[in-house]
Amino acid sequence: MLNQHDILSTINMINQQHLDIRTITMGISLLDCADPDPRAACRKIYDKITRRAEKLVSTGEDIEREFGIPIVNKRISVTPMALVAGASETEDFVPFAKAMDDAAKAVGVNFIGGFSALVQKGATSGDRRLIASIPEALATTDFVCSSVNVGSTKAGINMDAVAEMGRIIKATAERTADRGGFGCAKLVVFCNAVEDNPFMAGAFHGVGEGDCVINVGVSGPGVVYHALQDVKGQPFDVVAETIKKTAFRITRMGQLVAQEASRRLDVPFGIVDLSLAPTPAIGDSVARILEEMGLEVCGTHGTTAALALLNDAVKKGGVMASSHVGGLSGAFIPVSEDEGMIAAAASGALHLDKLEAMTCVCSVGLDMIAVPGDTSAETISAIIADEAAIGMVNSKTTAVRIIPGPDTKVGDTVEFGGLLGSAPVMPVHPFGSEKFVQRGGRIPAPMQSLKN
Amino acid sequence: MRAIVTVIGKDQVGIIASVCALLSEHNVNVLDISQTILQGYFTMIMLVDASQTTVPFAQLVTNLEQAGKEKGVVIHAQREEIFNAMHTI
Repeated sequence: MLNQHDILSTINMINQQHLDIRTITMGISLLDCADPDPRAACRKIYDKITRRAEKLVSTGEDIEREFGIPIVNKRISVTPMALVAGASETEDFVPFAKAMDDAAKAVGVNFIGGFSALVQKGATSGDRRLIASIPEALATTDFVCSSVNVGSTKAGINMDAVAEMGRIIKATAERTADRGGFGCAKLVVFCNAVEDNPFMAGAFHGVGEGDCVINVGVSGPGVVYHALQDVKGQPFDVVAETIKKTAFRITRMGQLVAQEASRRLDVPFGIVDLSLAPTPAIGDSVARILEEMGLEVCGTHGTTAALALLNDAVKKGGVMASSHVGGLSGAFIPVSEDEGMIAAAASGALHLDKLEAMTCVCSVGLDMIAVPGDTSAETISAIIADEAAIGMVNSKTTAVRIIPGPDTKVGDTVEFGGLLGSAPVMPVHPFGSEKFVQRGGRIPAPMQSLKN
Repeated sequence: MRAIVTVIGKDQVGIIASVCALLSEHNVNVLDISQTILQGYFTMIMLVDASQTTVPFAQLVTNLEQAGKEKGVVIHAQREEIFNAMHTI
């Protein structure tokens, strides 16, 4: 029989330390739904999503019940919509977003990602039409998430797209002004976007993927935090080992759930994304892990080093636990979704510049950050360019999900509710970047040798 | 299909008897059982064979949880695989 201590520790992790499966995400290819008639295309999109994902939610709930492990979200990602809708003879892509939204509601998932375009080198007519439709699409749908990839290590950075996304983010905030610019919480600008990410808002089903796939995202900042409480004051070697062992356990559970979901739904298993994804709940924070390592508050000197260790140890522990690891895999630092980050930002200890440094060593980037409503489109574009440059040069995924809530100013708090939490409005530099952004063109792909 | 049933709560007369009676009603066979008092809390862990249950396993989980609430203890029933996955290589 299993060791009594092990059984009780698992139950404790689930009941006391917020251990959960963050998401089961079904990736669905919509490439076969393209049609010159937009209405026919939308019908095909709705039909395919509802057919493929019909049993996704009920299967997730069954697994949750039988294994006693909470599965917080059941979600869907689809082929970047610009590729599908680009074939249709229409300027307005909003109906495609509505078809996605209707399908998501019909099957009962809480987010559907893939209203996306990949423009790291250049934009097609479909890409341009999709990007232009983003503000309206995010304002008139509930569950649709959008992402645009504006750079990559191999292609460089498309600065025309960066400039355009600054304007689109501002327009999206304006269109959802009554909800604090909530539309921007569903819009991610990527560099080096991955094709198998199960986490929202950046999930889409890449063209290199099969017809349908199951990806699972695990979580568990609370478990890591509790494990570190047992090694107070000990050297970093011990800290790293403790995190690795914890990450192994968390990921094994994710692997088990992914395989079980794949078998029951008769859909191939894709990857486990071994990310530490925080929630606004007390005790489920990445910032608190960093503080447990000895920092007075997240954002002070030493934060980047602490995060680098955490991110690396999570990967090392998780990789052995899963047959296929993918997605973003690392520690997330979304400000509004992390109780410790919210506190650090509100106290003035955590600045945008420090967050940018932190994104050099962890998964993703400037995530769920509220900035003042009068932040210009060019400043937002410049923030995106900085973040994309970090991703491009370091061959990693970086992203910007930033919310310039209309009429908000530094010191305000923007409430999004649920897993999206609340964000203290953070200051940006007052000096302009207009002429920099207005240049347009492309930043060339970087050297991959002579690394210094 | 094997499962782990855990019962945690204040010690009282008849906990084991009532859980076993409920399992027996659902045609669940107890394979192993261990019991201890941890910091004043009664902690029982049972390994059971739930392959012949009279109701779907998810329903058994609900019935056990309900019975636990009535007795003032917390009862979990989870498939064994989750523990194996997390604690064995």
